[in-house]
Amino acid sequence: MNAAPNSGLMAESVKDAAVAALLAAVLGFFFFALRTDIGTGGLDLTYRWGLWFIAIAIVFGVRLLLNLFIFKAKKPITSGVSVSVPPALTTAVGRVIGPVLLMIALTLPFIVMAVYPERDRQFIDLAILIMTYVMLGWGLNIVVGLAGLLDLGYVAFYAVGAYSFALLAQYFDIGFWMALPLAGLLAAMWGIILGYPVLRLRGDYLAIVTLAFGEIIRVVLLNWYEFTGGPDGISGIPKPSFFGLDFSRTGGFADFFGLDYDSIHRFIYLYYIILVLALITNFVTLRLRKLPIGRAWEALREDEIACRSLGINTTNTKLTAFSIGAMFGGFAGSFFATRQGFISPESFTFLESAIILAIVVLGGLGSQIGVVIASVVMIGGIEILRNLGFLKEIFGPDFEPTQYRMLIFGLAMVLIMVWKPRGIISSRNPSAVYKERKKIGSDMVAQGEGH
Amino acid sequence: MSTEQNLLTIRGVETYYGKIVALRGVDVDVKKGEIVTLIGANGAGKSTLMMTICGSPRARTGEIVFDGQDISRTPTHEIIRMGIAQSPEGRRIFPRMSVMENLQMGAQLVDDKHFDDDLKRVFDLFPRLKERANQRGGTLSGGEQQMLAIARALMSRPKLLLLDEPSLGLAPLIVKQIFEIIKELNSNEGLTVFLVEQNAFHALKLAHRGYVMVNGNITMSGTGAELLKRDEVRAAYLEGGAH
Repeated sequence: MNAAPNSGLMAESVKDAAVAALLAAVLGFFFFALRTDIGTGGLDLTYRWGLWFIAIAIVFGVRLLLNLFIFKAKKPITSGVSVSVPPALTTAVGRVIGPVLLMIALTLPFIVMAVYPERDRQFIDLAILIMTYVMLGWGLNIVVGLAGLLDLGYVAFYAVGAYSFALLAQYFDIGFWMALPLAGLLAAMWGIILGYPVLRLRGDYLAIVTLAFGEIIRVVLLNWYEFTGGPDGISGIPKPSFFGLDFSRTGGFADFFGLDYDSIHRFIYLYYIILVLALITNFVTLRLRKLPIGRAWEALREDEIACRSLGINTTNTKLTAFSIGAMFGGFAGSFFATRQGFISPESFTFLESAIILAIVVLGGLGSQIGVVIASVVMIGGIEILRNLGFLKEIFGPDFEPTQYRMLIFGLAMVLIMVWKPRGIISSRNPSAVYKERKKIGSDMVAQGEGH
Repeated sequence: MSTEQNLLTIRGVETYYGKIVALRGVDVDVKKGEIVTLIGANGAGKSTLMMTICGSPRARTGEIVFDGQDISRTPTHEIIRMGIAQSPEGRRIFPRMSVMENLQMGAQLVDDKHFDDDLKRVFDLFPRLKERANQRGGTLSGGEQQMLAIARALMSRPKLLLLDEPSLGLAPLIVKQIFEIIKELNSNEGLTVFLVEQNAFHALKLAHRGYVMVNGNITMSGTGAELLKRDEVRAAYLEGGAH
């Protein structure tokens, strides 16, 4: 390489880096250089020139290095590093990842108890939370991922399920296992009631109306004080029993099996309940995908007009997707109620719908494994950020990592969408594979193809 | 013309898009075992007629009789169930689903026990689709997608096949292939075909009878050979296109 293009590269890189630094200076001026605090008689302005200059210097330096070695370089140093996973490996990973995750999920409480005995309850509780979102994600995946109906009010069915159980328990003294199917049924019915008038809408319009329904349910729960308790919520929701055995200190599960009483038993039990519920959701979804109705959902997502021209009753197809999705939301809701023991409309805000939808979209629309990964990353990630105590040692005792939770969270979402615009798992497994029969016909032999 | 042997009889059909009139009293007959083509310029209302037969949009007045039953008020999905299959304009295959799944979607209304035989039938007609059976629909070439659209329609075992511009955007050689397959289907299996085309020369050569549509009206009709000879048809639709 001779000197001339090299110096050209240098000049260009410096120029580009200077532009980036200037941008950083302008943007950073208000965020870094100026700081306002509430003082006596107004705002106190302090200047932090040092911080500002450091920020500019970092942008200049990093941009320069990136230019020199990656963006403008003839041979970017990343070219050799570029991730070239052989396709055989990806399919192999794809094949084992499901069973491996399942094995981990099945044994998780015992792994946690063995590895972190002092914090096992906290971790199992987190696992229950993640699993709840996995189930909600799988339920919403039927509606959004398979049938392509953008539902921004999914939390409504979660709320219907939770309140169905809570109210049934309060007024009729019905236990969890009796209420569970009823809650699912009621949520599915609400799915049909809400779905019927709006499912002729499409895309954005449907999204807005479902958003409104989600809010209406919450506002009704909030204001119907005599029936739902309004903002006070409902407390004392019964815990699930194990074939009639309670998880109480005496005469319950522990006594019956001759174990020492430990409150962890109930957590483990709750974990397995939600695991089984989630697995049922997954199993039903995977089965339905192979049946005509599931195929029709996916076709509907692809092209509604084509579906109609093939004789598909699009209204019924959408309604089944909507109500089955709602039913699983309802199951998850009544589980949520029994786990918390207390529910109030505050748990069913739009943010909840948004998180579930984000899980489905980030995971990759229609991908079951994607939902699992996205739930672990998002819900687990939020919790990890809560516990980043060591950052205090770096940034000083004033640093509060939880304040940056949403920032980091948003950044992570943007990065995933840049890196994988169709979600973490964007490939789709066909529900049917054509296999040619290996019998060699005489016509093939005649054409010389029968080898 | 007696309507008794008709598979499809359209009488005085008017269709509107809001206040805009698209079809102004259309009469069309399709007899069993015929290939009938409808030609006309862009915006003449050809596709609207095809969609109206399937009930979306609905005819505001007039009647559409298929196989002895008035279907002008029947919901779309039930019309399809009665034995009309459509290869819609622009093909509209399911791009993210495999060829196999697209064909399964076509067979949605048919008893499962026929599936293997029907699949073999369409793969014999379109060997290219067999090679591509496990590929995603969106990865096929335009011609292959058109073949898939027709094959998908055939999977529903129709009595009447509606084809909306199968030649759209395809190379002449592929168009010829597709038209030959349509002809084969008609002569070998007696399938009735109603073909909407802009490619008037090929369509009229293929069809037993043809209709010319201008501005929502049928202005001419006759056998394909007759229409090909008419000066008006030549001037309007064939000049420079007749090869």
